Amino acid sequence: MSLAKRDWQSITLSAVLLAVAACLPLTGDAYMLSIGITIAMYAVLATSWALFSGPTHFISLATAAFFGLGTYTTAIGIENGLNYWVTLPIAAILGAVLAALVGLATLRLSGVYFVIFTLGLAELVRQVVTWGQNVSGQKGLYVLTDITEVHIYLQLLVLGGIVYLTGWAIGRSRLGFALRIIGDDEEVARHSGINTSRAKILLFMVSGATAAVVGSMLAPRYIYIEPALAFTPMLSFLVVIMALLGGTGRLWGPLVGVIPFTLLWEAISASFPNQTTLLLGLSFLVIVYLLPRGFVGLIESGKRKMREREAFA
Amino acid sequence: MTTGPTVLSLRGATKRFGGLVAVNDMDFDVTEHEVLGLIGPNGSGKSTTLNLISGALKPTEGTISLRGTPISHLSAADIARRGIARTFQLVRLLPSMTVLENVRAGAVFGHRRRWGAEADAHALRMLALVGLDRRANAHVGELTYIDTKRVELARVLASEPKVLLLDEWLAGLNPTELEEGITLIKRLRDEGRTIILVEHVMDAIRSLCDRCVVMSTGLKIAEGTPEEVLSDPEVIRAYLGDYDA
Repeated sequence: MSLAKRDWQSITLSAVLLAVAACLPLTGDAYMLSIGITIAMYAVLATSWALFSGPTHFISLATAAFFGLGTYTTAIGIENGLNYWVTLPIAAILGAVLAALVGLATLRLSGVYFVIFTLGLAELVRQVVTWGQNVSGQKGLYVLTDITEVHIYLQLLVLGGIVYLTGWAIGRSRLGFALRIIGDDEEVARHSGINTSRAKILLFMVSGATAAVVGSMLAPRYIYIEPALAFTPMLSFLVVIMALLGGTGRLWGPLVGVIPFTLLWEAISASFPNQTTLLLGLSFLVIVYLLPRGFVGLIESGKRKMREREAFA
Repeated sequence: MTTGPTVLSLRGATKRFGGLVAVNDMDFDVTEHEVLGLIGPNGSGKSTTLNLISGALKPTEGTISLRGTPISHLSAADIARRGIARTFQLVRLLPSMTVLENVRAGAVFGHRRRWGAEADAHALRMLALVGLDRRANAHVGELTYIDTKRVELARVLASEPKVLLLDEWLAGLNPTELEEGITLIKRLRDEGRTIILVEHVMDAIRSLCDRCVVMSTGLKIAEGTPEEVLSDPEVIRAYLGDYDA
């Protein structure tokens, strides 16, 4: 595989940006670091969400299910004496398995049926965990580790780097090409010889495993976890909104949505703590109506207009 | 006409939609290098037959075999991979991609699979074959109607199919385009490809087909050379109706 000059440029640029981001803890500002973790967390979640939903146009609201699964895997693992680092790959495998099961059951469904199923799935998993806790008499779980906020932040950055490399590699692979064809016309994809279910399930597994690992990494931050926190549907919606705001047509698209939206969300949560759901709904409407293709779409149509103007000049 | 080995055969292929029998007990063979025309009035089950062969629909009964191996239980993707490729009655292109990328889809995932520079080179050759190589980097939205049909044909050819299914590929073309279209398919025929075409254009049927299967209300009512079937009284009745009708 040979890399073009442009590929090297984007890899170098990404590495530099990642290195700059890694310097944030040096400021020693706890509030900045806290926002940094939130941004890194949503950036990884939204990017991996878009890896699957971008090309296939299947809107998944199951992020919370995978995230919660990861959180609980780490919490239960640590409680039973496992090393924190061992729980991360376990969470990844469990996330991939759950995604494969959901995929086998639902990816034949299209459009709105898939959306509803994934939303229902997150609720189902949450209810099962709640029920399990009622039976065992436990209310929540303590996650006591010596992992600090700085560690969590750096881990998320590494995971983000891996997700970007994976996404970039998929984009250049047969699988990536197959998914673009599926997104354009599934009938053509099938008749061209693409096993459409397998391609979709594989990508959904990548996305689910990533979300589960993010959940694992965040578990030590919460210290005390309970189902309502780990499986909150708000997480799934926020990820979708941020990814759509940025645009799913490019790998870097979701990141462009995550940064401004997280900052906006911080401001909203601080100023209007009781109206967050209302404002979330409003921002969803505004984004879908005004920026259907996100910032990426805006930038690209701007570029096209510039080119056309040059062509006429 | 000399007959080569049988490539595709249908035996008792039947498709029911509830009470409606769209394709009823179809039997026919296609031999290598043959161009078979599947003709008949509207609603006679030609497209459904094509859909059964390509795997878009599963037959209710009967078998379809490719070189003696049954394929009727396979998915459309597996059938495509084994070497049956089709165009669609209403052209289906990949709207977000360029002309070259559309054709590459066939080269990458079809019967013979290629990747990278090899796939691109092959896709370009197929575009040259249909006369569109100069528009390789155009967006499919910019194309004229016949050019979209050419792209679809190139995509199908790029998979190097053993059998090519053309579903009314010549429909909707104006007279000049039609002439170009017939010339193009004639060239494919001269290359020795095995083709099944569903067609309404009589000129095309006469000049392109070695043999025709005529369908009416899901049944095969005639089979033979174009001259034979088009002069068959039952075929004429199927197209034009009874004297007392």
